[in-house]
Amino acid sequence: MSQTWPAIRMTVNGVESALSIPPMKRLLDVLREDLGLTGTKEGCGEGECGSCTVRINGELANSCLVPVLQVEGARIETVEGLSRKGEMHPLQQAFLSCGGAQCGICTPGMLMAATHLLQHNPHPTMAQIREGLSGNLCRCTGFIRIFESVIAATAQTDQVTDAR
Amino acid sequence: MSTAATTRIVGASVPRKEGVDKLLGRARYLDDLEFEGMWHGATVRSTIPRGNIRELHFDPCIEWSELAVVTTFDIPGKNHIQLIVNDQPCLADGCVNHCDEAIVLLAHHDKRKLREALDAVRVEYDLLPPVFTIEESEQRDVIVWGEDNLLKSYLLEKGDVDSVWSRAAYIVEREYRTGAQEHLYIENNGAIAEYNAETGVTVWGSLQCPFYVQKSLMAVFGLPENKVRVIQTETGGAFGGKEDYPSMICAHAALLAMKSGHPVKLAYDRMEDLAATTKRHPSRTRHRTALDADGKLLAMDIDLATDGGAYATLSPTVLSRATLHSPGPYACPNVRVHSRAWATNTVPYGAFRGFGAPQTIFAIERHIDEIAATIGMDPVELRRRNFLHTGDTTATEQLMREPLILDQLLDRALAESDYHARRFRFSQENAATAVKRGLGIAAFYHGSGFTGSGERYLNSLAGIDVTPEGKVRVLVSSTEFGQGTNTILAQIVAEAIGVDCDDVIMAPPDTSAVPNSGPTVASRTSMVVGRILQRAAAQLIQMLQNQAGLPQPFTREGFFATCARYRAAHGKPISLCRYEAPPDIFWDDQTYRGEAYGAYSWCVQIAQVAVDTITYSAEVEEFWSVQEVGRVLNPVLAGGQIEGGIAQGIGYALYEKVVWQDGHMANNQMTNYIMPTAEDVPPIHSFIEEIPFAYGAFGAKGLGELPHDGPAPAILNAIRDATGVGFTAIPLLPEDIFEKLAEPVEERAMV
Repeated sequence: MSQTWPAIRMTVNGVESALSIPPMKRLLDVLREDLGLTGTKEGCGEGECGSCTVRINGELANSCLVPVLQVEGARIETVEGLSRKGEMHPLQQAFLSCGGAQCGICTPGMLMAATHLLQHNPHPTMAQIREGLSGNLCRCTGFIRIFESVIAATAQTDQVTDAR
Repeated sequence: MSTAATTRIVGASVPRKEGVDKLLGRARYLDDLEFEGMWHGATVRSTIPRGNIRELHFDPCIEWSELAVVTTFDIPGKNHIQLIVNDQPCLADGCVNHCDEAIVLLAHHDKRKLREALDAVRVEYDLLPPVFTIEESEQRDVIVWGEDNLLKSYLLEKGDVDSVWSRAAYIVEREYRTGAQEHLYIENNGAIAEYNAETGVTVWGSLQCPFYVQKSLMAVFGLPENKVRVIQTETGGAFGGKEDYPSMICAHAALLAMKSGHPVKLAYDRMEDLAATTKRHPSRTRHRTALDADGKLLAMDIDLATDGGAYATLSPTVLSRATLHSPGPYACPNVRVHSRAWATNTVPYGAFRGFGAPQTIFAIERHIDEIAATIGMDPVELRRRNFLHTGDTTATEQLMREPLILDQLLDRALAESDYHARRFRFSQENAATAVKRGLGIAAFYHGSGFTGSGERYLNSLAGIDVTPEGKVRVLVSSTEFGQGTNTILAQIVAEAIGVDCDDVIMAPPDTSAVPNSGPTVASRTSMVVGRILQRAAAQLIQMLQNQAGLPQPFTREGFFATCARYRAAHGKPISLCRYEAPPDIFWDDQTYRGEAYGAYSWCVQIAQVAVDTITYSAEVEEFWSVQEVGRVLNPVLAGGQIEGGIAQGIGYALYEKVVWQDGHMANNQMTNYIMPTAEDVPPIHSFIEEIPFAYGAFGAKGLGELPHDGPAPAILNAIRDATGVGFTAIPLLPEDIFEKLAEPVEERAMV
């Protein structure tokens, strides 16, 4: 019970932390239980549904499959890090207006996958959107409005870029 | 306050009320909640499908005094989950009737120690022979429920079916089967409970029907209404799967809270949720149909059997809706439906979007295409010749009074899909390619709201009040689980009063704070509860006019100023209304005749499917859905319901198979229970014809379940069109297609 573990350092949404936690604890549980970041959800616990999707050093990962020792020194992004100073990310805005979120439980993971997709490919084709989101299951929307949200966010981002 | 199209808020795509919280990741679902001193719960479950419990062994390697251990002896009230028949125990009492039935509950503050303890409980059984299929159950060699395994039966009769056979030009007989389907909401079932000897039980849960849970907890604890409080937490999908099961898990959490003296969280992981909770009823439907030489229906003789699982739970009402949807949207003078729900030793089947209708609509809509092929008529034409029209009566002799535009929906679907040209093109191309394409149609209705006299019995109460801060609060127990309750009801109230949508908030879904507006099921929330709220708004305005001098017309500011005046003089402005049935609604439960539903929504769907004759996979390439659902209150939310329902229907048809092994779900993981992904859902073209329904909120009818009813038959009809093989069972996996298509051609013709 009172065993002390060596500290594991990581940067989550730009905030550095050093946590004394069991090294095999799942990153998902560390985020939720030790850092209070409950935006990242568990749907299946075996890397199928993508609800726990986060980015580790810019790469998409199912945080339910990652023992926390593997993220020593890593930069982690979760849904809580998407908005800036109370301003929703263009993708969050698009999901809201296009109906990309229904029950909302897959939404945090879906947003991370969509963010990742657009960062690497600002103008994805429909086939690329489908592929980019294929690791994230949504049982409510039938995905159609999620695709539309991603397309709408692309347009919105373009406008912002143009304005600059 | 008219139902005319001149509305400001109703009909607009107002963003989802709780959307920002969900998008920022700050919406709090059950498993996101932590309570001071909270323990965790776990469930010891049966590993056999049927038997008597001889003994419970608690391995002495565990320090049991550290845990809370709950057995049947700890239940202070009745050991049953309150529903229709009350036959399902809260904890198995002396015997088990299905695998994964709860026997013992455990709680500990340390999850790791809890898991060790769970493995240290061993149950010794005397095995009894189980029954696994409808056929075994109806044989009655082994009786596993009641006197005869029969959970419920109905007989619906119109005209005289047996007088017709001898004069029919054609008689077509077929049998159709549907499998179990998992809801696969992404958030598993879960509950947190607190117990206090003085104040009673409080539970938080991921659930659809707070008052169902309250009623069940009252029975289990022997407590009065005011000592059982149920609060819905943000709910990550439900689809019917959180209609009755939460009564079980909330009771378990509450028993552990009472025994441990701590708040207890009981949150299932995916494997436990899949193995232990409800699913869609498997079914077998036999059709015997008589037609005249012109393809007009003369008689429909329908024999329906569903597998209800180990306990009755919701099987009687699911069977009722299945029965009432089994004749399809057709006018037929002679109809007989004999339906029976059978007990088997599997997890009880429960509510799932469509509630029996997808099963029987699959059968009738496949059957129509089989009839068309048999008598050599185009399936479009056969449907057109038999569609219900205004002035016709249904199988329950309900007169269709409202405008009924099936022909128009069909025409639109054919035009939008370019049906005839496409079908011709495929017929030309298919001969030369390994991938065979086809188009399939399904036409159907879905009854909105509770069946028959159900809404009258529910007698729902809903209303609004105005807070001192100047917000209009919606007082309902109708819950949000993704389908849009919060937004739709706020729109209705804002429109009906004449304030902004942002002026309207939802009261917490908490049985101690809101009236019982009925369960959030049966596509009833917009139409039925919304209508009560619309009336409550009119009543509030009248009250403010009579007692606080609200001018007419009034502004938003004038309204809130008047509310403040009213509050100073009379107290909180509040208006509650009860359900009022539309006129001419009469239902006879005994004869199964009359107005089965207050309103029907209508739909025609077309699927384009490609069957690869090398890999034997079937892929839905494009999908069209044309529906008449009354007035659409929020187009974006409505579109989301339609597309989501269709995607779930595609899964039902082609992907989702529950594999049973000795009564246990063998593929209880997302790895091997397969639902459609972003790569599997085709482009969906959805079109809505709006005919406002006079007795629904601003003209609304039910919408949520309808789109899920049609994809399975449309897809299998398309596969018939593509390959010439009429498959009669779902789910239809590549191996099933292989089995038939790989047969020599002569044998295939016999199918």
